[in-house]
Amino acid sequence: MTQVAIASPSRGRSFGAPAARALGRVAAVVVLLLVLVALWELYRWVWTSRGWTWPFLVNDTSMPHVWTILKAFGEPAQANQPSLGSILFHKSLFTAKEAAAGFALGAVVGFALGIVLVHSRFLQRGFLPYIVASQTIPILAIAPMVVIWVNPKLPASLQGWGSVAVIAAYLTFFPVTINTLRGLQSADPRALDLMRTYAASRWTVLWKLRVPTSLPYVFAALKIAATASVVGAIIGELPSGLQSGLGGAILNFNQYYSFEPQELWATNIAAAGVGILFFGAVVVTERLVVRRAPENVA
Amino acid sequence: MSAYARQARDWVPAAAVFVLAIVVWDGSIAAFHIQQFLLPKPTSIVSSFWNERHTLWPAGWTTFQEALGGFVGGSLFGMFVATVVGRFKIVGTALMPIAIAANAIPIIAFAPIFNVWFNPLSPHSKMAISGVLCFLPVMVNTLRGLQSASPRQIELMRSYAASDLEIWRRVRVPTALPFVFTSLKVASVLAMIGAVVGEYFGGSFNALGVLIRSKAQVFQFETAWAGILVASLLGIALYAAVAVTERFVVRWAPETRDS
Amino acid sequence: MSAEHGTPERSVVEIKSLTKTFPRGHVTALQEIDLDLRAGEFVSLIGPSGCGKSTLLRVIGDLIEPTAGSVTVNGKTAKRARADHDYGIVFQDAVLFDWRSVSKNIGLPLELLGWDRARRKARVEEMLELVELTSFADHNPWQLSGGMQQRVAIARALAFEPALLLMDEPFGALDEMTRERLNLELLSIWQQLRSTVVFVTHSISEAVFLSTRVVVMSPRPGRIAGIVDVDLPYPRTVETREAPRYFELVTQVRELLRSRGEHLLPEEEAALAE
Repeated sequence: MTQVAIASPSRGRSFGAPAARALGRVAAVVVLLLVLVALWELYRWVWTSRGWTWPFLVNDTSMPHVWTILKAFGEPAQANQPSLGSILFHKSLFTAKEAAAGFALGAVVGFALGIVLVHSRFLQRGFLPYIVASQTIPILAIAPMVVIWVNPKLPASLQGWGSVAVIAAYLTFFPVTINTLRGLQSADPRALDLMRTYAASRWTVLWKLRVPTSLPYVFAALKIAATASVVGAIIGELPSGLQSGLGGAILNFNQYYSFEPQELWATNIAAAGVGILFFGAVVVTERLVVRRAPENVA
Repeated sequence: MSAYARQARDWVPAAAVFVLAIVVWDGSIAAFHIQQFLLPKPTSIVSSFWNERHTLWPAGWTTFQEALGGFVGGSLFGMFVATVVGRFKIVGTALMPIAIAANAIPIIAFAPIFNVWFNPLSPHSKMAISGVLCFLPVMVNTLRGLQSASPRQIELMRSYAASDLEIWRRVRVPTALPFVFTSLKVASVLAMIGAVVGEYFGGSFNALGVLIRSKAQVFQFETAWAGILVASLLGIALYAAVAVTERFVVRWAPETRDS
Repeated sequence: MSAEHGTPERSVVEIKSLTKTFPRGHVTALQEIDLDLRAGEFVSLIGPSGCGKSTLLRVIGDLIEPTAGSVTVNGKTAKRARADHDYGIVFQDAVLFDWRSVSKNIGLPLELLGWDRARRKARVEEMLELVELTSFADHNPWQLSGGMQQRVAIARALAFEPALLLMDEPFGALDEMTRERLNLELLSIWQQLRSTVVFVTHSISEAVFLSTRVVVMSPRPGRIAGIVDVDLPYPRTVETREAPRYFELVTQVRELLRSRGEHLLPEEEAALAE
């Protein structure tokens, strides 16, 4: 028997409740950020006043003040140029575009391949070992070389950012394929039997049963892939001298680090922002799409 | 169908795909006159792998040590934090979404900063990257594992008037172990990648990532790819070590049972 | 009943004016429950969902705190009784630890009590014999059927020989035949050990078959609707289930459930039907 307390459906949920919760969450995030800033400054203060050098020496270069970093967003990086903030914004957009394009491509292809594989045991046995094994290949390590190789082969309009998108697509494709397959296979055998009693076609079974069951798995992969796409895009930009993205900015500001450390930090904050936004977008999409999953019931 | 026939049926398609892939790869290079120095033949990668082994393996070992250091350090710290946080339920529930969001940050972007903090030539900067990459998944999963004991199990222990420490030792830790090992497998892959890619931003001269990058820059792609092969093999070795340990330690989990 | 066992009719569990409300959802799970359980009795708690029987069991076991009223177990507070290991508990789900063998599972409470290895080993062997699972001592829990797992859970609950045994629908997840077999085994164990048993169940037939008394509860709020004295002789066998008196008692219990069940929904009635 289930636990005893059968709570009566809680009445009194006004329209304000969801809004209040969202506001509460935002407040929590703000508080958290303030706590982090405080910790940063505290660490700084303690280490500089004591002169400790482990794990590393703390000074204005290695750990700039938070305020210095934030101020840097408003100032130009070089004379007579737009502010760092707006430069980083455009670079972020560029990197985001690469990551998003690759993510979308990899997700679609991965999903489609998952659907193909679930219907053919032969193809599964042929390809699955490699797909699984490829996850142990340091794809990120290959990224720069792939970019160099792919770039000339793309049409001119896609050159530059397109080759980086390929990296993101690659990083997305594998987890999405594997999880789509697992998800499609996870349908309750009794539900499959039920569909058979309706003499449902394979297509119907796919779209009415397998795909909805697979969604939690697919989104789990998409969440991983979202972050991976951003990382892949940044790494992919490194060798090719692609200046227009965050990877290029990192390389650039790395060279000037001893003079203007806050610029590199600002770039990292921008990169973190892009990563979190991507991830957040997938989470929000999941909430909307997988509305009936128990975890998402409000 | 006999056992042998079944094994053959399971593996022949994969083997067929492998052979086919090699043939296509080799063939299209010849057919489309793909420039050798950009996408080398598999045979030349293998021969380069063999010829350069005296440079590649020591380099791989250096990088592997960085990865291992980060793996061990990051994982242990992650488990420690999860244990501490797990004692205070409120902190745990508050921390989870933060950790998940933090995981979305491209840690690798911090590689140059780590190089500033620790000498770029020292292995510590790469260990730091691997460590941070390993910390998050291990911490999150250990915490989840520690919280995964069923209410009934806790009730049972309470009926024995067991102390919190005893409950932790006899129930929470064993239930957490499968989760911990899953995350350790993930971390093992991340550690190697972190070390190699971290070295792209700077590292000692006999490190694998530096080697790969420098060979690629002078268009010696066979050696570069051979270096990637070494990195993959080392990554697989670490993963396999964790997987074997898992089989040993966590014999009861559904994934590792004989049935 | 208890007199036939020759045990003194002391009170093992005394419940006075017990009330339990769950603040969230404003549920009154138990209201003004008065109940006396004597040594050696086998008492079933039966009622539809929400009548509070599992809550009552857990209050006796000090796993839930009462809102008002008192619970005395073995002359002590429920909290003290739990600290003194005065009872063993069996849940509907066997709750065995997968990382321990059958023997180690049975030995768990003994480890917590600090028994040394030799003593533990001896007792575990005794218990395995009691539930007839000696050849499965070194098996893993997942290798056992549901019925066998429950027998291990019972062995574990009795390992330190508590005078009181609390059981929360222990056979609810099993099929009918296994259930009937385990009913007979449980009775035999009860009579051997002369413990007091509080047994929560959904099944009227099981309640009547096993018990010396059946406590019928009704929901919203949880109250005792009535108590039926089961005067069937022990030992009870397969034939007991076909005796006319058995059917009379089953009917009596059912009537009690229905009569006080003006709050019963049709599906709840159906769930209690046989």
